[in-house]
Amino acid sequence: MNAVYKRDLKSYFSNMIGCLYIAFIVALVGIYFSFYNMGNGYPYFGDVLNSISYIVFLALPILTMRSFSDEIRTGTDQILYTSKASITRIVMGKYMAMVTVFGIAMGILCFCPLIIATCGSHDFKVDYSCILAVFLIGAAYIALGMFISSLTESNIIAAVLTFGVLLLLQMMTGITSFIPTTSLASFVGCIIAVIAVSVIYYTLAANVIIASGLGVTGTIALVVLYFVKKSVYASLIPNVLNKIPLTDSLNNFSLKTFDVTAIIYYISVAVLFIFLTTQSIQKKRYS
Amino acid sequence: MIEVKNLVKKYGSHLAVDHLNFTVESGKIYGFLGPNGAGKSTTMNIMTGYIGATEGDVLIDGHSISDEPEEAKKRIGYLPEIPPLYIDMKVIEYLKFAAELKGIEKGKRAKAITDAMQLTRISDVQGRLIKNLSKGYRQRVGLAQAVLGLPEVIILDEPTVGLDPKQIIEIRDMIKKLGKKHTVILSSHIMQEVSAVCDEVMIISHGKMVACDTPARLEKIMEDTSKIIVKSNADANSVSNILNTVPSIASVSVKKNEETGTVEAVVTTNTNEDVRERIFKAFAENDASLLELYSHKMSLEDVFIKLTSGSKKETEKVKRHTIKKKDEDADKEGEA
Repeated sequence: MNAVYKRDLKSYFSNMIGCLYIAFIVALVGIYFSFYNMGNGYPYFGDVLNSISYIVFLALPILTMRSFSDEIRTGTDQILYTSKASITRIVMGKYMAMVTVFGIAMGILCFCPLIIATCGSHDFKVDYSCILAVFLIGAAYIALGMFISSLTESNIIAAVLTFGVLLLLQMMTGITSFIPTTSLASFVGCIIAVIAVSVIYYTLAANVIIASGLGVTGTIALVVLYFVKKSVYASLIPNVLNKIPLTDSLNNFSLKTFDVTAIIYYISVAVLFIFLTTQSIQKKRYS
Repeated sequence: MIEVKNLVKKYGSHLAVDHLNFTVESGKIYGFLGPNGAGKSTTMNIMTGYIGATEGDVLIDGHSISDEPEEAKKRIGYLPEIPPLYIDMKVIEYLKFAAELKGIEKGKRAKAITDAMQLTRISDVQGRLIKNLSKGYRQRVGLAQAVLGLPEVIILDEPTVGLDPKQIIEIRDMIKKLGKKHTVILSSHIMQEVSAVCDEVMIISHGKMVACDTPARLEKIMEDTSKIIVKSNADANSVSNILNTVPSIASVSVKKNEETGTVEAVVTTNTNEDVRERIFKAFAENDASLLELYSHKMSLEDVFIKLTSGSKKETEKVKRHTIKKKDEDADKEGEA
């Protein structure tokens, strides 16, 4: 893990991508910081960071796009997978290198509350918990970007796909407001989701019996539930979709609540995508 | 040292490796020969753990590549067809990275790197960025990475492709040097290379092993089936008549070369004996001149083309011979 971590981290700075990302974040946050906090005398840095966090996240694909797709394209993945290091360790090494670059950017932002403190009233707890939340959401999105990068050998496709997914997540609240909240709509949505899951399972595992079993039993269960307790379906789909974007809970932190559930959610998402990355690599080795 | 057991690799419905079985003994150089798409690289990629097999297993020194990858992989150094180089790194940085990745102990890394650089003669470019190196040097850096820490098995996938003749000779010498202490498996479709470097040749076609023997023996086996060429000044009829008097000749085809006025006859025999002496005597008895008399010897290249172009009969013959010879060898060893 160490070798991959050190190499990747060094490469982020030797090919400027790491420097560019950090410079972009610092410049962007710096402008808002000097305008709102310094210029207008608003003492809450956390709020300012939250309001521009979406740009911080949308720029993440430039960090994650190369992680695996570049290795696949140049054939350097051969030295990694034929070495004695396990795939999990390789994935962790790469992931930690990206998180470190992102962490450096977040680390620089940690000076902002200190600067505010020299001018008067401040709230370190809120500010630093906001920075921590942004860092953890970023770490989860990096895992997502890494997973997408492991699916393709083109940097551009990886970047565009990751950007698209992140943008969709950012717009999720807006999109869900268009979805009807009736029970019937959610019921139909659930059935489509079950069918989609069984189709995806079939394409991955090529097992007709389990895939069709999954589809049929899932649909029957949903139908039964619909007739037994219809109220369960009311606004179900919009509610679930609204919970998906990690940034949804970011406001809690600036409202002086240290949301432990959210923190656990961020970490779980990161772990899930790290796991999926190892699985996607393993699948490629066996197909 | 390496045992490949019933290896199968399918890409969708395409069978790339078809129930491949072979054993590799330590301290020998093996040549993996086959036309493009024969399954050489796929087999090597499975042996090194880069891709998984659909069926079967590979044992490296008794350790399965699928069940104990760590133990198996640390015994292998691999140079893939395209050297896996990070072009934004300097040579020395890359080798340090490779040494750490391979888990060479910290205290031994510097020496391992120096040894690998000396062996592949890249010490003078160690401070240069890999992207600025020529193809030959890049290949050597890849080779240095493969021999780093001197693993017991070194697997090289077409190590001389795209190099100039001088570099090819240098790399071959390097491989010979490595073969003295290590087991080396190299793939190639250049016959001279294999016959010059390897102790044993494995010919693979359509994912199947069609022959496995020493280069000399493979040539010898094919020579048994060979033809004899006779060139004479005499007229076509008398050449044909003389040849037909020689026992154990199966067929004679005579062709007159109008330009030189000579007659060339191609003779096939129905025994494994050498009938050249009898032909010579027959011509002498009939007072006919003999300009040339030689058995048409097949080079390894001919053997390769014949075996991989799908002549089932030939393939079976070589297989039978190979097995028979091996059994004889085993018997001899047993007796000894």
